[in-house]
Amino acid sequence: MNKENNQVLLEIKDLHKEYDTRAVLDGIHLSVHKGEVIVVLGPSGCGKSTLLRCLNGLETIQGGDIEFYGKSLTGPNVNWQETRQKIGMVFQNYDLFPHMTVIENILLGPIKVQKREKKEVMEQAAQLLEKVGLLDRKDAYPRQLSGGQKQRIAIVRALCMNPEIMLFDEVTAALDPEMVREVLDVILGLAKQGMTMVIVTHEMGFAQAVADKIVFIDAGKICEISEPEEFFTNPKTERAQQFLNIFQF
Amino acid sequence: MQNLGVNVLFEGTTIQRLLEGLLVTAGIAFLSIIIGSLLGIGMGLLRTSQSKTIQFICRLYLEVFRIIPILVWLFIVYFGVPSALDIHLDGEIVAVIVFSLWGAAEMGDIVRGALESLPKHQIESGKAIGLSFWGLYRYVLIPQAVRRMLPGAINLSTRMVKTTSLVVMIGVIDVVKIGQQIIERSVIKVPTASFWVYGLIFILYFIICYPLSKLSKKLEAKWEN
Ligand SMILES: Nc1ncnc2c1ncn2[C@@H]1O[C@H](COP(=O)(O)OP(=O)(O)OP(=O)(O)O)[C@@H](O)[C@H]1O
Ligand SMILES: [Mg+2]
Repeated sequence: MNKENNQVLLEIKDLHKEYDTRAVLDGIHLSVHKGEVIVVLGPSGCGKSTLLRCLNGLETIQGGDIEFYGKSLTGPNVNWQETRQKIGMVFQNYDLFPHMTVIENILLGPIKVQKREKKEVMEQAAQLLEKVGLLDRKDAYPRQLSGGQKQRIAIVRALCMNPEIMLFDEVTAALDPEMVREVLDVILGLAKQGMTMVIVTHEMGFAQAVADKIVFIDAGKICEISEPEEFFTNPKTERAQQFLNIFQF
Repeated sequence: MQNLGVNVLFEGTTIQRLLEGLLVTAGIAFLSIIIGSLLGIGMGLLRTSQSKTIQFICRLYLEVFRIIPILVWLFIVYFGVPSALDIHLDGEIVAVIVFSLWGAAEMGDIVRGALESLPKHQIESGKAIGLSFWGLYRYVLIPQAVRRMLPGAINLSTRMVKTTSLVVMIGVIDVVKIGQQIIERSVIKVPTASFWVYGLIFILYFIICYPLSKLSKKLEAKWEN
């Protein structure tokens, strides 16, 4: 199935981002279609996190435009509170709220922001927790959980808002290797269900398995956009080949 | 041993009068702590604001209270303000005003410190689930900041209780003043009166402040992780 024909969910046009006059993202063009899984690869410091943060309004941009369902996300009149409910994000650091139990963490957004019925959200939360195998930990505090468990809860917390698209920023980078798998499996499961995702990762095997498209960024510019097969066996650019060589021992 | 000095405490209404004085002290302190804390939370939020002007004004406010002794503030508000505006202010009211404003400045600093000590990704993950500015403070930041600021806030409260002893300088009859009166009256008969009366006042202050500092230690231990 070619997802290129699906509706465009996010359209990034000539995005420019600077930190104190230093260009970090330099003319990024990218479309994300509904149901598509895009994996962003690139060397450290090339701007991957910054790109995701721009998509979620955590950074202001200096040029270009981002459109979500055709509506611009730049300028002062964007309602980010509403937009962020549809664009879920999970970060590298376990970012659960430490003073709340697992279930309180999950319910906060749906109940306080989306004003949904507690009973209905509870049911959805229980289903999602069941799926990630953590229903029995719903009353635990984050400090009582392992890193992998915390990350799975963070994913559930974002999913419970019923987002249209999920952004993952190296969600396994801080994890013990033994726990990487359980988190990646959850994301693979989402891909199977047709969730639209933009994923930043350093797990190459996972990238190849999950991606519809690989976007390779270097020094704030997109060097190459390829199918995963092609990218990993026969990258178009020298720079991408060099990058892949680092992962080959 | 026909004249036990300690008896000075049990003559007539001595104890009752001292307790009444203590009530004045405790009342001023209590009101000021409540008002000061409420204002201080607002002040703390303002101090984490992005605006350099607001930050500067709040900072100036704090420094002004730190540089000028509280006693001078009491004099300014008790003698200075009424004579300039041609009104009369009761000593108790002046005390509550000054201590509340001082409490607000110091509490603001404690709240600011607690808010700034929270990891930045807490703000971002709050934003990421669509929380508004107020929602973020209400559900995510303030509950976490409270844990970090309680020891400091309780410490400030005990300082405020102790500093209320200055109110005698603006004519408020507090526990120390009543103690002095009792001593003056009985010192000829009982030369050791000051020892006993001040000893009792010492214990009374201790009774107010000790549970507070104990509480702060306990909370500190409980919220360590
Ligand atoms: N708040 C900031 N202020 C100034 N410079 C920043 C800031 N955040 C990031 N940068 C710079 O922007 C560049 C891109 O950072 P970014 O975090 O997006 O890289 P990345 O591709 O995610 O790297 P990594 O793989 O290490 O996570 C880096 O050179 C970084 O030093
Ligand atoms: Mg990064």
